[in-house]
Amino acid sequence: MTKPAKTLFSRVAFAGGGLMTLLRTRTILALILILLAFVAGIEVARPATVNALWVSNMVLFAAPLGIVAAGQTLVMLTGGIDLSVASVATASAYLMASHSGLGGAPAVLYGLGVGFAVGLINGIGIALLRVQPLVMTLGTGLMTEGMLVVYSQKMMANAPRVPQFIEDLGAGKFLGGIPNDLVLWAPIAIVIIFVLRRTGYGRLLYAIGDNSEACNLAGIRVWRILVVNYVTCSLLAAAAGLVIVGGTDSADLSLADVYLLPSVAAVIIGGTSIFGGRGGYSGTIIGALILTVLNSILTLLDAPEPVRQILYGAIILLLAAAYTRLTD
Amino acid sequence: MTTPAEDKSSVLAIPAAASNTPLITRLRRSLRRNPSLFFMPVLLIASLAITVVIHPQFSDFDLQSLAMGALPLAFAAAAQTAVVISGGLDLSIGSVIAVANVLAASTMEKASFGESLLLAAAVLVVGAAIGALNGLIVILSRIPDVVATLTSGFIWGGVALLILEKPGGGAPQEFLNLGTGTLFTAWLPNALVLLVAAVCVIWIPLRQSKLGLQLYAVGSDRVAAFRSGVNIDRTRFAAYIFSGLFSAVGGLGLTMTTGIGAPLAGVYYTLSGLAAVVVGGVSLAGGRGGMVGPVMAAFVLTLIPTDLIFLNIDPNFGQVIQGTLIVAIVMIGGFVDMARHRK
Amino acid sequence: MSESPFLLEARNVAKKFDLVVALKAASLQVRPGEVHGLMGSNGAGKSTLVKIITGVFPADGGQIFVKGVARSFRSPAEARSAGIVSVYQDPALVPDLTVAQNMRLAGAPVDAIRKWLAELGVVRLDFSLLVRDLPYQTLRLIDLARALASEPAVLLLDEITASLPADLSERIYAMVKHWRERGNAVIFISHRMAEVSALCDRATVLRDGVTVGVTERAHGSEERIVALMLGAETARAVASAASTRTSRQTPPDAQAALEVRGLRRGPLLNDVSFKLYPGEVLGVAALEGQGQEELFDCIAGSRRYDEGAVFAHGKELGLRHPADAIAAGIVLVPANRLLALLQQRPIRENIALPAFGGIRNWGPIRMHAERIRVESAIARLQIDTRAGSELRRLSGGNQQKVVIARWLANGFNTLLCFDPTRGIDIGTKRQIYALVRELAAAGSAVLLFTSELPEIALACDRAIVLFGGRVVAEMPVSEADEATLLRSAHGLAPPAQAAS
Repeated sequence: MTKPAKTLFSRVAFAGGGLMTLLRTRTILALILILLAFVAGIEVARPATVNALWVSNMVLFAAPLGIVAAGQTLVMLTGGIDLSVASVATASAYLMASHSGLGGAPAVLYGLGVGFAVGLINGIGIALLRVQPLVMTLGTGLMTEGMLVVYSQKMMANAPRVPQFIEDLGAGKFLGGIPNDLVLWAPIAIVIIFVLRRTGYGRLLYAIGDNSEACNLAGIRVWRILVVNYVTCSLLAAAAGLVIVGGTDSADLSLADVYLLPSVAAVIIGGTSIFGGRGGYSGTIIGALILTVLNSILTLLDAPEPVRQILYGAIILLLAAAYTRLTD
Repeated sequence: MTTPAEDKSSVLAIPAAASNTPLITRLRRSLRRNPSLFFMPVLLIASLAITVVIHPQFSDFDLQSLAMGALPLAFAAAAQTAVVISGGLDLSIGSVIAVANVLAASTMEKASFGESLLLAAAVLVVGAAIGALNGLIVILSRIPDVVATLTSGFIWGGVALLILEKPGGGAPQEFLNLGTGTLFTAWLPNALVLLVAAVCVIWIPLRQSKLGLQLYAVGSDRVAAFRSGVNIDRTRFAAYIFSGLFSAVGGLGLTMTTGIGAPLAGVYYTLSGLAAVVVGGVSLAGGRGGMVGPVMAAFVLTLIPTDLIFLNIDPNFGQVIQGTLIVAIVMIGGFVDMARHRK
Repeated sequence: MSESPFLLEARNVAKKFDLVVALKAASLQVRPGEVHGLMGSNGAGKSTLVKIITGVFPADGGQIFVKGVARSFRSPAEARSAGIVSVYQDPALVPDLTVAQNMRLAGAPVDAIRKWLAELGVVRLDFSLLVRDLPYQTLRLIDLARALASEPAVLLLDEITASLPADLSERIYAMVKHWRERGNAVIFISHRMAEVSALCDRATVLRDGVTVGVTERAHGSEERIVALMLGAETARAVASAASTRTSRQTPPDAQAALEVRGLRRGPLLNDVSFKLYPGEVLGVAALEGQGQEELFDCIAGSRRYDEGAVFAHGKELGLRHPADAIAAGIVLVPANRLLALLQQRPIRENIALPAFGGIRNWGPIRMHAERIRVESAIARLQIDTRAGSELRRLSGGNQQKVVIARWLANGFNTLLCFDPTRGIDIGTKRQIYALVRELAAAGSAVLLFTSELPEIALACDRAIVLFGGRVVAEMPVSEADEATLLRSAHGLAPPAQAAS
């Protein structure tokens, strides 16, 4: 089809704002540009900061966010949202740590088990009982958090321990610089991108996000996909929890709270519409990297914590607003 | 008066208006339109009854504690209701409450009663201004309100931390007495009076006004509202201002009932306020509902940890129960809705 | 103040949305005391022109003159104060407020509206009822009354009689004529040619964003309008295609592709039974709300029925979800294509959608095979994809074709078409009917409901009439002329006929 291509090129040629059109149609490019701009900013502000070690640390810190945001991407593509991811991540980390005496694999299974259970409840409520995702996941998030508090008090006697291999996963590197958690993140990323672009499941996520009633009429049993989707999201959050606790080495009850807003932000900045029906994970990955680098910039600024918090929020707003206006 | 030809039209099969619709019909109609008007008072009375059964020595002091505990949550619920009715959502309410709280506590610490009242008024203005900023952000950025207010809440949380790094501050005793104790009779806590007065003073004029009608219209059907000449952006903007205002009152209430300012106190109120709105029967789709349901729901939600304490159960279970209650209520609600609209 | 014979004039109006050109050079001249039709296919630019005239958004080029003065409205309120008001298909009433509150919201004069409602036949309406509790027809009339109450010099009616019963439509025609007699003008948009030729003094025809002609009411103006809308060549081709039709005979021992027995659902569907054979097109004729929508939804599996049974090729079906019907080869093309389509997704994904129904199909997609299937369906239906690959860029007619293409690509043996040509331009309509006949000729069974009775004869071999949720008449196409259908559709017994 030459006509649309010709129109695209002529617009790019004519308009001085050809860049705008390029950004609009190739949003990944725009995101990478923004990321590079931030990195350049750091290098200019504090020369010699950006080196191999720094890059590998960025990836190390970005990985858990990237994994949580993966689940959030899947859910937001269908027009939903999952506000329970932070509680699930924390609960998963805590349960794994408190069962670490049973050995590595069983402990991890306990952690992932929380994700499975919460995801299943979310899926049943949202897909079968038609509860709004915001409300449902809010409720399950509060419920999970509450249960965790009670559970942790019961566990006061035996303090939870983080097993060595989890620590290695969350904080370690190999081959002189490649973060271990990338070993978890990279395959997840590849699988998710493949699923979204090339499988029926992925197509259905986009279709359901665009118009779930049309899917029903076309013979799709929407509830099945949604249940699987919410379980997957929670499982990913649970996995991320394991990585997070590995990085911080203490199972704290507010461990993953800081991941809730960024998980949603990474998805939005990355180009997925909160209403569903368009977007993808590659944008989210860059979004997660942008947010991690942003966090690092703010830390370097040496400003007090409250100021950093304000700036972080403000910049997210700017990025999200710019993105929304660009693609509307 | 109607000719036979007119009678055949399907259009005439509508109930005719009598000149005075009898009170009982009007009552029945408003109950049908807003079932929580009936359901919530029943739930509240039942919860209170359960509480008294558990703890027969329920005294006026206990009632005071209840009112004081529920006060901030009720205002958080009111703030959320204002925005939800116009079809939006405000996830920054808790942070605005925190800002108001720490602002009041840090400035009123060494103030006289008269000064504290002036400062309170200033805090209300600040709250409304923050609400206005929230509204501007939501409307101008065109980011969906969930994301926009989630992020702005993060920012206001930082502001609260900036004003007061750690819990502290204070206020003159007379000011605190406005929210604690009982001025009138033993069984009428000041907190309750404050709650009812503030909600009525702010909400009732709004509801009767044209702006109130516009809020409901925008929440119910934006396109129809636009075609009826309503300025959508301006109306949504106003909703956020009222949310900020109610949140500021909630923050002042928190100062009165706790006596200090705590920058992280707000976190709980955003989500619980939203929960109170849902439990109180206001549809998140907008266009329907009022303040009565959510405010009563705030009391019901506050009674839960209270009852647990009376039952000598670990009050931390309170959060579990609240969360489970929300989940259960919305799931049952969803089930009932589905059964009613069975294919 | 310039003298102008026109109440409203649009000169060379242009409007572009991103890359899509909606209007290039649209012109319109409306005289006082006339009913002026605005005709054109979907995508010709009618609604864009109307929205510019009434102030919903500004034009990119050209001018609008009201009584000779150039005006540019920034909002519908401004247009209203200049005497230009439009009534759209969706009533501008907020569902959760009462009628009185809606009036207050819009600042509308309640007494004047009551008076106009009475003129339209709605007496003693309780204004304290919630809008969502009132029947749709009433809401349309309230909307119209509200427009009339502002005494507009130019009243624009956009498809006002769509989904209204005949008696209400008559009232509206009377009101339109009354309005004209007062020296005002009415701009009338409708897809029903009969209405337009009966009501309009003149008509402006738009094609591809350009005004291509203005016709006067005269003998033969209908064909002239169609020719202008299609462009002369297409019109000729389409006309000849329509006239070459022969009715087919079903072999006596054929098994029904679809059989419905005693179907009952709620108050609207009372006992419907009929058979549909492979290779035939069975038309369903009915007035508003006689149960046809429920019937189609039940057969397609999207609504449950209370009693009765549905058989496909002799096998009884358990229909709990559209997937069950689709598995039995029964597919639905609904009236509202917005229900069936994914607006943000590319055409290809829209067409390929049903292939992912089962869990087995959640895995990797065979892209090449899919592309071949999709492209062959696009080619067969001649879907115009020049506007871009995103579905929402297509015109209404092309979107409807995508819905059909979906089933072509996916396979079916019984096609349920519910009002497939509602709101579609004439050229595409004829294409769709030709396609339906082709599908039947190739062996599929087609059940076709259309709200425009004359079209039954165009496409069907047999016809059944629904009234009160029952089949009250059945006839071959040779007897299915508009008059006969209309009688049965009103529940009147057909006049005594000679045995066929």
